[in-house]
Amino acid sequence: MATIASEFQAHGAGDAHAHDDHHEHKPSFFARWFMSTNHKDIGTLYLIFAIMAGIIGGAISGLMRAELAHPGIQYLGHIANFLGIKDASFDQQLHLWNVLITAHGLIMVFFMVMPAMIGGFGNWFVPIMIGAPDMAFPRMNNISFWLTVAGFCSLMLSAFVPGGTGNGAGIGWTAYAPLSTSGSQGPAVDFAIFSLHLAGAGSIMGAINFITTIFNMRAPGMTLHKMPLFVWSVLVTAFLLLLALPVLAAAITMLITDRNFHTTFFDPAGGGDPILFQHLFWFFGHPEVYIMILPGFGIISQIISTFSKKPVFGYLGMAYAMVAIGVVGFVVWAHHMYTTGLSEDVKMYFTTATMVIAVPTGIKIFSWIATMWGGSISFKSPMVWAIGFIFLFTVGGVTGVELANGGLDDNLQDTYYVVAHFHYVLSLGAVTALFAGFYYWFPKMSGRWHSEFLAHLHFWVFFVGVNMLFFPMHFLGQQGMPRRMPDYTPALAYWNHFASVGYMVMASSMVIFFVNIAYAFIAGKKAEGNYWGEGATTLEWTLSSPPPFHQFETLPVISDSDHH
Amino acid sequence: MVVTPIPAGRNARVGLMALTFAVGMTGMGYAAVPLYRMFCQATGFGGTPRRASEATAAGVRVVAGRKMSIRFDANVDPGMKWAFHPEATTQTVAIGARSIAFFTAENTTDHDITGAASYNIAPDEAARYFTKVQCFCFTRQTLRPHEKVRMPVTYYVDPKLLDDPEVNTLQQITLSYTFHPVEAGPKG
Repeated sequence: MATIASEFQAHGAGDAHAHDDHHEHKPSFFARWFMSTNHKDIGTLYLIFAIMAGIIGGAISGLMRAELAHPGIQYLGHIANFLGIKDASFDQQLHLWNVLITAHGLIMVFFMVMPAMIGGFGNWFVPIMIGAPDMAFPRMNNISFWLTVAGFCSLMLSAFVPGGTGNGAGIGWTAYAPLSTSGSQGPAVDFAIFSLHLAGAGSIMGAINFITTIFNMRAPGMTLHKMPLFVWSVLVTAFLLLLALPVLAAAITMLITDRNFHTTFFDPAGGGDPILFQHLFWFFGHPEVYIMILPGFGIISQIISTFSKKPVFGYLGMAYAMVAIGVVGFVVWAHHMYTTGLSEDVKMYFTTATMVIAVPTGIKIFSWIATMWGGSISFKSPMVWAIGFIFLFTVGGVTGVELANGGLDDNLQDTYYVVAHFHYVLSLGAVTALFAGFYYWFPKMSGRWHSEFLAHLHFWVFFVGVNMLFFPMHFLGQQGMPRRMPDYTPALAYWNHFASVGYMVMASSMVIFFVNIAYAFIAGKKAEGNYWGEGATTLEWTLSSPPPFHQFETLPVISDSDHH
Repeated sequence: MVVTPIPAGRNARVGLMALTFAVGMTGMGYAAVPLYRMFCQATGFGGTPRRASEATAAGVRVVAGRKMSIRFDANVDPGMKWAFHPEATTQTVAIGARSIAFFTAENTTDHDITGAASYNIAPDEAARYFTKVQCFCFTRQTLRPHEKVRMPVTYYVDPKLLDDPEVNTLQQITLSYTFHPVEAGPKG
């Protein structure tokens, strides 16, 4: 990444404190955290919000794994009771299952991974890495965050109002019609859809903000081809958001009007077509999975480069591989719909196009390995997480290439094989990238050191836990276990139980994570400006830890000789 | 606040361009509805059968030696109080030959019911060759209480089917109808 001219280093790091005296007028607590226009504070808010949402979404998956630990229905009745439905009927218990999987999916996608990746790390480090004082539209940044929070509240509310057979929206994160229209009477589904409207609006505004910031507010000399790869990843992600989310907004608005205002976009009785919803949803939904993983790619690139003490191998190839993934990601959506009656030719196209994505993805994987090759590697906790990411993401990528085959997918669609696949790329891929980024930047953001020992321990327990949790799902899927079902034949009991044990291992690694954060704030050493040393060359390392409330009042100048 | 060297107007311009983009994509989302329908009708995608005029139908070459079995399937919407059946479950026709099939529908209630039929072809790939000349499904049908009617559909299988490697060995095509209630008033 762009190395900073030494004269600036002296100016930036040395003068940061001098500036502090004049400009560190932090607003009062309420004004600072509730009316914030500071990109670092908003980033912090996003991260805290994502952690909260992650706890809730993770707890829901705990309920699911508890229910799936043994054949038969054990806990759904108790959970329904706890949520206020006394003596839930069998159908109501099954509906509750649908509500749980829906909530888990929506929370993890829209309220955990996206806020953490884009809102959290994006807000924190994109302006700093390009040498900008803040985001282009600081007030809109604030609105983005609070819209996301409002969306989350709307989703939570949906759990307590009727949604058909029982309380809550049981429509899956895909919200297919007709289950989400005539199949689910009651306001819960409207609340859930409205929550997507709010979160979507927040994300679109965030995307506009990032695009404007990255195009207009780069420091002198910071050309597009000198930008750190994390900034590139957020730029591509912002464009994906801008193109994909409005289509989701249109599709779910049609759902709302179909539900409440007698339109028939997806109702054959009035000339509509429920398959159209799937096309619209996946036109958004497939880019969405790249939206979740691309910033992770960016984070991993920074970390691998830092701890190999080398610039990233094939910088331009890395940047344009992300662009290619983004572009091709828009023309592969129907590989989620192989079983809807697509003709052979259409399936062949979508199979081929989907497999093409493996090429730029492969470029990234090999470039990361080539960056490490011959590097002076230090296995600090972010590096260990990043290497774990490369392994886990590659496993998910391989099953992805398998599932891309239309013929094979006829057999595997809607089985646990698919669940295993997308958890390897998201739950293990994106989340591992998030933890890698967290340990990489946490001392920068907080000014306090976490315990490296606990960070390593967290990694190993997490790594063992998630593999125990998700790898057996490949076996279950190949044996035909359908996803979105709370019960299964006793023949599948062994690996289901094994996966549930894996969940507990993974959950205990989260305890280590929270202990580590608490340790950092209570007893953590103070972090210096560039605590990773030689390999850390991007602009955030020229600032103090934490950076001053307002940074780069004098813009840094990136000289021509700087390399990536 | 921070002193920014970038004129605010430039940010507003890029921001507005991005916003226009987003609004445009929302519009494209809605535009997908008529485009999808046109696409399905033009290509037979998703099992949408074709329509042809009497004149076109009269000019179609009949392939006498090649027969196709046509299976008829009749359904009603859960809210539709009609009894609706094909008179014959299957017909065997020469490819290119025009044929007529009858369905019977009976209103089982004591009040008028108007229905509209949706229709589909299976397998999907055969849809672009299954051509309707006349069909009760082209218009709405109203049945008086306990009225029973015969409803015709005239169709042929386009001989171009024999040139399509995906379907030229096909032995049977299913034509499926579902009757939906149409509420009184302008809404469909």
